[in-house]
Amino acid sequence: MRMLLAGLAVLAIMVGSADARTWRVRPGPDAQAQLQAALISAQPGDTVRLDRGRFALTAGLSLDVDRVTVRGDGHDRSILDFSGQTQGAEGLLVTSDRVTLRDFAVENSKGDGVKANGCTDITFYRVRAEWTRGPNPQNGAYGLYPVNCTNVLIDESIARGASDAGIYVGQSRNIIVRKSRAEYNVAGIEIENSWNADVFENTAMHNTGGILVFDLPALPQKNGHDVRVFDNIVADNDTPNFGAPGSTVSVVPQGTGVLVMGARNVHVFNNEIGGNGTANVIVIAYRNTIEDAAYNPLPRDIVIRDNRFGRTGFAPAGELAGLAQAGVPLPDILWDGSETYNAGGTPRTEVVRMTLSNNRAEGREPTFLSLGIPVAGSDVSEAQPNANPPPAATAEEPRRVRLPN
Amino acid sequence: MRLFAFLLAALALLGVAAATTRARPVNAVALLGPPQETLAAYRLFTDGGARAPNAGVTPYDLNNALYADGAMKFRYVFIPPGARASYSADDVFEFPVGAALIKTFAIAADMRRPAESVRYLETRLLIRQRAGWVAFAYVWNEDQTEARLAPIGAEVPVQWIDEAGATVALNWRVPNRNQCKGCHDRDGRISPIGPTARNLNKDHLYRDGATENQLVRWAAFLDGAPAPSEAPRAPASFDAASGPLDARARAYLDVNCAHCHNPHGPASVSGLDLRAANPDPVTLGIRKRPIAAGRGAGERLYAIAPGRPDASILLYRMQSLEPGIMMPELGRQHTDGAAIALIREWVAGMDAPR
Repeated sequence: MRMLLAGLAVLAIMVGSADARTWRVRPGPDAQAQLQAALISAQPGDTVRLDRGRFALTAGLSLDVDRVTVRGDGHDRSILDFSGQTQGAEGLLVTSDRVTLRDFAVENSKGDGVKANGCTDITFYRVRAEWTRGPNPQNGAYGLYPVNCTNVLIDESIARGASDAGIYVGQSRNIIVRKSRAEYNVAGIEIENSWNADVFENTAMHNTGGILVFDLPALPQKNGHDVRVFDNIVADNDTPNFGAPGSTVSVVPQGTGVLVMGARNVHVFNNEIGGNGTANVIVIAYRNTIEDAAYNPLPRDIVIRDNRFGRTGFAPAGELAGLAQAGVPLPDILWDGSETYNAGGTPRTEVVRMTLSNNRAEGREPTFLSLGIPVAGSDVSEAQPNANPPPAATAEEPRRVRLPN
Repeated sequence: MRLFAFLLAALALLGVAAATTRARPVNAVALLGPPQETLAAYRLFTDGGARAPNAGVTPYDLNNALYADGAMKFRYVFIPPGARASYSADDVFEFPVGAALIKTFAIAADMRRPAESVRYLETRLLIRQRAGWVAFAYVWNEDQTEARLAPIGAEVPVQWIDEAGATVALNWRVPNRNQCKGCHDRDGRISPIGPTARNLNKDHLYRDGATENQLVRWAAFLDGAPAPSEAPRAPASFDAASGPLDARARAYLDVNCAHCHNPHGPASVSGLDLRAANPDPVTLGIRKRPIAAGRGAGERLYAIAPGRPDASILLYRMQSLEPGIMMPELGRQHTDGAAIALIREWVAGMDAPR
């Protein structure tokens, strides 16, 4: 009988005072049991310290104790390696409050990398989630994945190879994603059905789409709004879409810089956005049939200002490729033009407001195009492209997000 | 001489009787504290092998149970003397502080003869303490004499012959404490799942020889229960005589999925609500698109595509054994063939899109 008993926890060396202890865990044949034991035995205030090295893990780990720090020696030195995972839907699952994850990596988990579900004050600092074989449809969906959390900080972290979004913040409130790097994912950074997010000083390169702000129907937290995307580098997002067919991101065209879909009061400013072969910024309505009568699929109160645009439209992908072939050059900023949608069978129209100002492009004027698809979700073949921008937004810029983390 | 033998036998009998009546009661104090190292320390059973429940410990079973690779489950409820649970028509009953729900997972060497060569694998306790419910798992030794606490889980290699005569061999996985909560989670707090009126409303053959509806028997410690005919009752999913297909399929999903997929469960963020009582077709999954399933959607567009089980994510995930795809995420290493057939038939029979 192979029993992984509590006694193993004692093998993890404990140091420190009675108030705040440190549980040191080393790589080795018992790493799975020792690490999980430490994550269960830790008391609020404790630190679980990951030694240098590669931890070969076979099952997902979980933490459900408040005020615990899980800390490694650096995301290139302390590596939780899930290549041999046979159990569990993610690498590490956190379900408690005031948790800090820092200085370690999660590699090659079978499902998501690090999921934080229902947490308050969750911090990811210098954490890396990666699928090391690069883009592959069999990779897990999300790298760093807080969902239904309040006060989320993702700082100086890295996500690579996710088959959905590298850094994905879903249905959360008060969010900062900063100084992080998202590469070779379908979506680099995605803020979905979330309220009050600041996404800044990140680098999103070589994804299918760089930074996405989405609002989707039929979810418990609706009405994604108040998102600021600024001071980011969103460049060369040229990875072919390898998302699971049917998933929301599977329709993101290769070569998308920033994509805003369905959300309200989204401000995109001071970013470097270039080298994105389809379009630098796309603003569109949610396009699928909607069964949720409380849902508005239109992106509205959108501000796109003071960005520096680089080359775009040189390799249009997806449905937009056909448009480009028909002789319509794709612009820096593309809007679908939708102002009408179906809500439970009833058509509704509203004035979509969008501010486009002070954007610059190297050696040329920044370009804008409306596809002129009046009803959200209509086929691209119904497009009547025009250069008429909607009236300027009047909503105030969301206030800076402040976190206790 | 014969008289002497008779007296001796009588004395022996008396001794046994006295020993039985003198069995020490359930250790109610231990139930309120930190976990005991052994299951025996709670004295929920009078024997070391946990076959004979102590006074106040009532066996029960359910109309539908979570699939667990075909293992048998023996369930008991303990209510402290004088304390009362209270009935709810559509929710888990409210249990008093000090109550315990006891579930032992077991296999028979040959499941075609389930009463013979039964081996206990683990016994899980859900205890209602003052601050809320706690969950502890105890792993049985090979001699079946002792079950020890396993806070970080365990793996027990086991082998048996299933009801179809096939040999099953696997490492039985005892959940760690977090994994217990992975299912037993309601708004972030540990909560029981099984003991609802609809799931308990059935006859049970008790050790005293009586067959009685469990809600009737539970009247000894349960307040507010109506007559069984007035209480909701889930059909047994795999007994076609017990109810219509829709109700049986919904009953299966209710017990096997809805502990997470409900508005208060860990999978609430999926927007999928598989409780039997959910009246909304979209949150039930009908033409509901995946949110965060990733490759778990298997390139299928809807949780339930009416009329098309092979286009439904629900079936895809039930049929998988791969971490990251399979549902439930934990607790099984085989697919539940009977359930797949049931849900397939249910989805196939739905009206195709408008």
